[in-house]
Amino acid sequence: MHFRTRGQKIFNVVNYILVTLVCLSCLLPIINTLAISFSAPSYVAAGQVYFWPLGFTTQSYEFAISNGKFFRAFGIAIERCVLGVSINLLMMITTAYPLSKSKDKFPSRNFFMGFYVFTMLFGGGLVPWYILMRNLGLLNSIWALVLPLSVPVSSMAILMNFMRSLPQEIEEAAAIDGAGNFRILWSIMLPVLTPSLATVGLFSFVYHWNDWFQGALFMNNPNRYPLQTYLQTLLTNFRDLLRQSGSDYYSLLQRMNEQTGRASQLFLGLVPILVVYPFVQKYFTTGLVMGSVKG
Amino acid sequence: MLHRLSLRFRKEWLYLLMLLPGVVLTAIFSYGPLYGIIMAFQDFNPALGFAGSKWVGMDNFKLIFSQPSFLSTIYNTFFISIFKIIFGTLASVVFALQLNEIRQNGPKRIYQTIVYIPNFISWVIMAGILTDILGSNGIVNEVIMALGAKPVQFISNRSVFPWTLIFSDVWKTFGFGTVVYLATMTSIDPELYESAVIDGAGRWRQTWSITLPMLVPIIILMTVLALGNVLSAGFDQVYNLYSPVVYPTGDIIDTYVYRLGLQNGKFAIGTAVGLFKSLVSSVLISASLIIAYKTAGYKVF
Repeated sequence: MHFRTRGQKIFNVVNYILVTLVCLSCLLPIINTLAISFSAPSYVAAGQVYFWPLGFTTQSYEFAISNGKFFRAFGIAIERCVLGVSINLLMMITTAYPLSKSKDKFPSRNFFMGFYVFTMLFGGGLVPWYILMRNLGLLNSIWALVLPLSVPVSSMAILMNFMRSLPQEIEEAAAIDGAGNFRILWSIMLPVLTPSLATVGLFSFVYHWNDWFQGALFMNNPNRYPLQTYLQTLLTNFRDLLRQSGSDYYSLLQRMNEQTGRASQLFLGLVPILVVYPFVQKYFTTGLVMGSVKG
Repeated sequence: MLHRLSLRFRKEWLYLLMLLPGVVLTAIFSYGPLYGIIMAFQDFNPALGFAGSKWVGMDNFKLIFSQPSFLSTIYNTFFISIFKIIFGTLASVVFALQLNEIRQNGPKRIYQTIVYIPNFISWVIMAGILTDILGSNGIVNEVIMALGAKPVQFISNRSVFPWTLIFSDVWKTFGFGTVVYLATMTSIDPELYESAVIDGAGRWRQTWSITLPMLVPIIILMTVLALGNVLSAGFDQVYNLYSPVVYPTGDIIDTYVYRLGLQNGKFAIGTAVGLFKSLVSSVLISASLIIAYKTAGYKVF
């Protein structure tokens, strides 16, 4: 079909090379971290490890797994994701469905839409948020991590726009057959919504897994840190260690072990994201593009 | 009247019931903090509470606007945000165009999947990775030295640091734009290209005269929406990469609020800065949504 000149062939080759280089730049840093995590500390300190482990050892992983702090933080992050994603999905569905109705069917629709849009435009800011959580007695509680942003408005809007784009006839036919609103939502809407639910569910999971700030803000007790907040303290400690940069044997050794140990924990923190990503990816483009970019 | 209301309620009650839990949670956690804004006008003392603290009117605002360190965070915020938007858009569009030239669907999808991955990695982990590869004996500097140049202090040099922020953010997030632009390109009517080929237009010509013009509305839309958030220059990224050495060029409004307001316990000042940001942001976001609606028919709700 396409008429190919020599110029186009050269262009294609150059194009492929450039695109591949860009993709490598996205992957190699992760591979580098992986290689460091499996290498012997001495090679890492000498700056010899690139994309393949040297002096292969699983020592740093054994250390991470036997390290109670890491495991506890990992567990809290999982607990947070299970609670957070369930709450988010439930809230988004029960909010998006009524708001997807026309003003005729649901006269108060615009009032509630305005109620949510306002939260996108204006907020009290960080300090009042913290004070509120403190006054509610939620500091150090897992609920401080899952309740505050329980209705993510932009994801909810994706879902709502998707529901609106569905043909009205389906629902009307079901209503004539005597199905109530909950039945319609549960057995007719939800199956059709799977791609967009996967999309907003992924957003929610990624948010809860990746967020370190709410953990740092609302957890005073380091034993209550979710994984990313714990990893953040590792990062800070490592920086301090670099800054002190003692040259005696002990501090050198400590710095070396710290680097491989940190790499293994960073990588373990990435695993859930890398595991989930390919499965949801196929829904992703459709769900995202249909919902958010209209017209 | 009452009858009409009860009719309306009969029609609506199920919807209202569904909305109730979300509305309650949002009222508490999103509207609740608004009450705390009064701290911005007080010499707030946590021991005395909202009611007991002394009113000081606009003093907190007068104080922050007399601080050179605060004024420089405003400048930094704009600088970092705007260059992130410019280079981010450029990178996404160019890469989407490049992928669009690849005709085989398999590789195209794989490439798209790969460049989208960094988006999903938290800034905490990314900062850890970047500290390693951008450090003085990291890979990037080894390449630079192998090429015969001097190593660059990406993280600790004041004049380089903002660009480290800008380009690492572009690198992490351009995959998202690519996905959006590529989706737009695949929706362009193939007949346009076919008739261009009949008229003798080559690939460059097709890209220049068909693909790019078709992308312009969505580029404008994405840019306008990004400009609405210009005051949020990326708290997670900056906080996890900066250090006191680079505060003069790397400190942004959000990190300033956190450091001053919570870590140093100056609640009132932190609230005042936050309120200032919130007010300006709400104007910018509203404007961006209105412009997006007027120019592209984009509606959030």
